[in-house]
Amino acid sequence: MKHLLSISDLSKVDAIRILDTAESLSAASDGVVKKLPTLRGRTVVNLFAEDSTRTRISFEAAAKRLSADVINFSAKGSSVSKGESLKDTAQTLQSMGADAVIIRHSASGAAHTLAANKWMSGAVINAGDGTHEHPSQALLDAFTIRQNLARGNSDLAGLHVAIVGDILHSRVARSNVLLLTKLGAQVTLVAPPTLLPVGVEMWPVNISYDFDAIVSEVDVVMMLRIQLERMSEMFFPNAREYSHYFALNTDRLSRMKRNAIVMHPGPMNRGLEITAESADSARSVILEQVKNGVSIRMAILYLLLAGSTEGEI
Amino acid sequence: MSLALSAPDMSRAITRIAHEILEKNSGSETVTILGIPTRGAHLAQRISAAISEIEGNPVQTGTLDITLHRDDLRLRPPRALMPTVIPPLGVEGRNVILVDDVLYSGRTIRAALDALGEIGRPKTVQLAVLIDRGHRELPIRADYVGKNLPTSAQQVIKVHFVEFDAIDEVLLEEGSDQ
Repeated sequence: MKHLLSISDLSKVDAIRILDTAESLSAASDGVVKKLPTLRGRTVVNLFAEDSTRTRISFEAAAKRLSADVINFSAKGSSVSKGESLKDTAQTLQSMGADAVIIRHSASGAAHTLAANKWMSGAVINAGDGTHEHPSQALLDAFTIRQNLARGNSDLAGLHVAIVGDILHSRVARSNVLLLTKLGAQVTLVAPPTLLPVGVEMWPVNISYDFDAIVSEVDVVMMLRIQLERMSEMFFPNAREYSHYFALNTDRLSRMKRNAIVMHPGPMNRGLEITAESADSARSVILEQVKNGVSIRMAILYLLLAGSTEGEI
Repeated sequence: MSLALSAPDMSRAITRIAHEILEKNSGSETVTILGIPTRGAHLAQRISAAISEIEGNPVQTGTLDITLHRDDLRLRPPRALMPTVIPPLGVEGRNVILVDDVLYSGRTIRAALDALGEIGRPKTVQLAVLIDRGHRELPIRADYVGKNLPTSAQQVIKVHFVEFDAIDEVLLEEGSDQ
């Protein structure tokens, strides 16, 4: 594994290896050891051409716990806002000796472009590209589900996950569908038809337009954010109607299975796709997701950067 | 390929190491045994069981994964991480016995000392190994040795435990092309 660009590049074995590594690393960081010397002397660049709080901070925390040097680079206030191309930016970072670039970009495929063009020799980690993929989020979601519900299994066989909301614009949904089904879970997408992408019938999932019918059958309810910034046209009549049919409210929360959990990748629109009561309930593992995000990203950085890469020996 | 230690040899060596540890530390009360995965962790369990049998009390026993502290990580593909289990009394102020199967370059032990330093400050750190094969690259020596086995760098030592390999034995193999 040289880059982490999309879940579709990973085999089931690779994915489980990342989850197992994260598990060992989370045990290490739960204890007294907060900092490990593993990536000392390596430089990791956070190249964020789109707003982000938790992903950027999570990658930064992960890199620092492994003693890597972190350079944060956001498009605002950099030469990207003066019109510098991705190529020139990448070559600049290469000249400064970046061992890995973590890229978030509004264009789908930006991470692929960076990795395929050999503008730089380091590892490329996709931290979200447009509406395409967000692999580290899917890995931390799978990790959180496994910790809560897998009963010691290494995969997610036999579990049923509902992903609810704006599937159309969601890279989180796309990566999760690929990863969760790869790990043996059954996935049902729940959304109004206007928020499902073209060709969704080809995905290995069930589709439901009726949240009430499915909420009592699933082990995991994963709510997605309504991405107002990506919506230039109307996808539903108004927010109240959307909430009425597709929000996780107290009534739906009470009808979930006994051990079922509530997830949300954040940031939440409280009151729109999820009520405050659901988000703060005992079923909610939303803060666990954030904590696990650091362990997963440490695992990704460890597996990509700690060992030898071709041509280095 | 030759047999360096048979099952009875191994058993006797482990019993002797257990006695030596007890003699040097005046009993097992202050002792914490940490095995280095994977084979060292098994050897640690054996030594711990031998000490318990002699003393009649269980000994603080755990494992210490040192992968994240290795200095040769960049020379090989990424290694799988193993669990670190620190027993309840911790390492602070204890007489910690590090346990590994084979002592060779000494680099694993250096990494173990670093890993241990992150967890706490033991009173003493001692080293027990089943085989010392020489060729040290660092100023490190073992306090308790099952058998000193002079080797050439081409030879390979295989330590087998009944739990893993269905038999207790140590084999010395002539070098392969690697």
